[in-house]
Amino acid sequence: MAEFINFYLIPGLILGSIYALGAIGITMTFGILRFANFAHGETMTLGVYIAWSLVQLTGIKSLVPILLVLMPVSMMLTIMIVLLIDKAFYKPLRASPVIILVIASFGLMLMIRSVTQFSWGVQLKTILPGIQPRINLLDFLSFPLKHVFIVGGALLLMYAVHHVLTYTKIGKAMRAMSDSPELARLTGINTENVVMATWVMGAGLACAAGVFLAVDTQVDTMMGFKILLPMFAAAILGGVGKPYGAMAGGLVIGVAEELSSYHWIGDGPLLNPGYKQGIAFAIMIIILLWRPTGLFKGKSF
Amino acid sequence: MRVLELDNVVGGYGDTQILHGVSMHVDAGEIVVIIGPNGAGKSTAMKAVFGLLKLTDGSVLLDGEAITNTPPEKVVRHGVCYVPQTGNIFPSLTVEENLEMGAYVRVDDFKPRLKEIYEMFPPLLEKRQQAAGTLSGGQRQMVAMGKALMLEPKILLLDEPTAGLSPKFRGEIFETVKKINRAGTPILMVEQNAKQALGIANRGYVLVDGKNRFEGTGKELLNDPEVAEMFLGGGKQSHKTGKA
Ligand SMILES: Nc1ncnc2c1ncn2[C@@H]1O[C@H](COP(=O)(O)OP(=O)(O)O)[C@@H](O)[C@H]1O
Ligand SMILES: [Mg+2]
Repeated sequence: MAEFINFYLIPGLILGSIYALGAIGITMTFGILRFANFAHGETMTLGVYIAWSLVQLTGIKSLVPILLVLMPVSMMLTIMIVLLIDKAFYKPLRASPVIILVIASFGLMLMIRSVTQFSWGVQLKTILPGIQPRINLLDFLSFPLKHVFIVGGALLLMYAVHHVLTYTKIGKAMRAMSDSPELARLTGINTENVVMATWVMGAGLACAAGVFLAVDTQVDTMMGFKILLPMFAAAILGGVGKPYGAMAGGLVIGVAEELSSYHWIGDGPLLNPGYKQGIAFAIMIIILLWRPTGLFKGKSF
Repeated sequence: MRVLELDNVVGGYGDTQILHGVSMHVDAGEIVVIIGPNGAGKSTAMKAVFGLLKLTDGSVLLDGEAITNTPPEKVVRHGVCYVPQTGNIFPSLTVEENLEMGAYVRVDDFKPRLKEIYEMFPPLLEKRQQAAGTLSGGQRQMVAMGKALMLEPKILLLDEPTAGLSPKFRGEIFETVKKINRAGTPILMVEQNAKQALGIANRGYVLVDGKNRFEGTGKELLNDPEVAEMFLGGGKQSHKTGKA
């Protein structure tokens, strides 16, 4: 039991929180800009390297100031870069067919990755060095303190997303445009502002998700890309265009990936951990067979 | 006073010309109805007003000023509201959020207007926290109209507001249209239920193949034998069902 919780369930929740944050941006971009953004993983990576540079610049080495000070600054810088990318690359293509936008995002994925690798090198780095304190509870629960911050931070950010989407004018306009871009235009909604808000939300959350992942593991130039597909799976599983679906989908997939290698039957892992990513897609497909538009009734294709 | 005028409007989609010189107008206080066969270009004429169509000739005038080929998001800001036939609500937003979106371009406090809309459409008040997509067809139409009215528009364009509704709801919608009009908003409306629509209209236009065919007061068109034969004959247009 202790082993199950400490080594499978908790890491699953951590991974799930990270997927959830990343998947929100993917699903919102899909809902509002109508394309699958392949560059989302690289946005995440870029955010992590910005944070890593800030850590080097400031010499800050402990978790709390990294998360409370450097992460928000990195989020803002990432957002600014993504808004510039939108202006330069996506805006001229706004009226183009979806396939053009998807390919553009694919190109941007490669471009951002190259810039990242060129600027920071490809060797592994750490953002939070040294041995991290652990929390021991009830004799059997034991997990690193940073996990509390990751889950707490993710929940806080998801609450912020909920707040924006439910209570602010721009948030409601985002949901409206995701429902129907045509009607949004007829209604006089400033669709360019909505698009910008979407990038702000997506890029900010991608950076945060990346920093959480970096704090939990390491920094490498492929880290965002490696979790791009599970994030897509989470977005689709939750229902395309549905932010709450992305949150739920992220958690389901993160937890399922980790639990899949638990020794449910016999002594060995049920599935070799190498198959983890396959799990994301297996779950996605099974749930879509049962509910074709995802958990939260997203768009159908 | 002339609120809206289409003067010899020519335009279409891509290279396909649909409107070959359509002229019509709406004066202050009027209900004007457009009827005509399917595919005649009735919806296209409305889209022409709303800048959803590239006009190659003619002009659209609002309060005497040209708004020809103005994009929709700007036309709204001029105080023209348009309720398309389909896709006229945000289904996943609540009723109240739909109405709030209707007020998107308002800079002043829209709360008093919201209250008026709920008074006009009492069923919406009960359902205001419900996702608009879950409502019945008639109530969705109320949301769509209420949403458009949030702006207190200079003129309201309605594209087949009673399409697909049961006779009872149809009657309610026509009553609502009259009520909106009595409260001071001129209305330009496309309708399939020609008899009922002409019954409440000040004037009407018959559009055929993207051109004006007949025009006149509601009464004149109702009594015109040719119009009667084309659009008011037996069959689908049943008697005054549900008309209160
Ligand atoms: N978005 C569009 N693109 C191309 N052709 C269209 C489009 N919408 C309508 N049409 C064509 O324009 C003509 C007029 O359509 P419409 O104005 O919708 O007719 P009505 O509302 O009178 O039934 C039809 O032949 C229709 O096929
Ligand atoms: Mg039509």
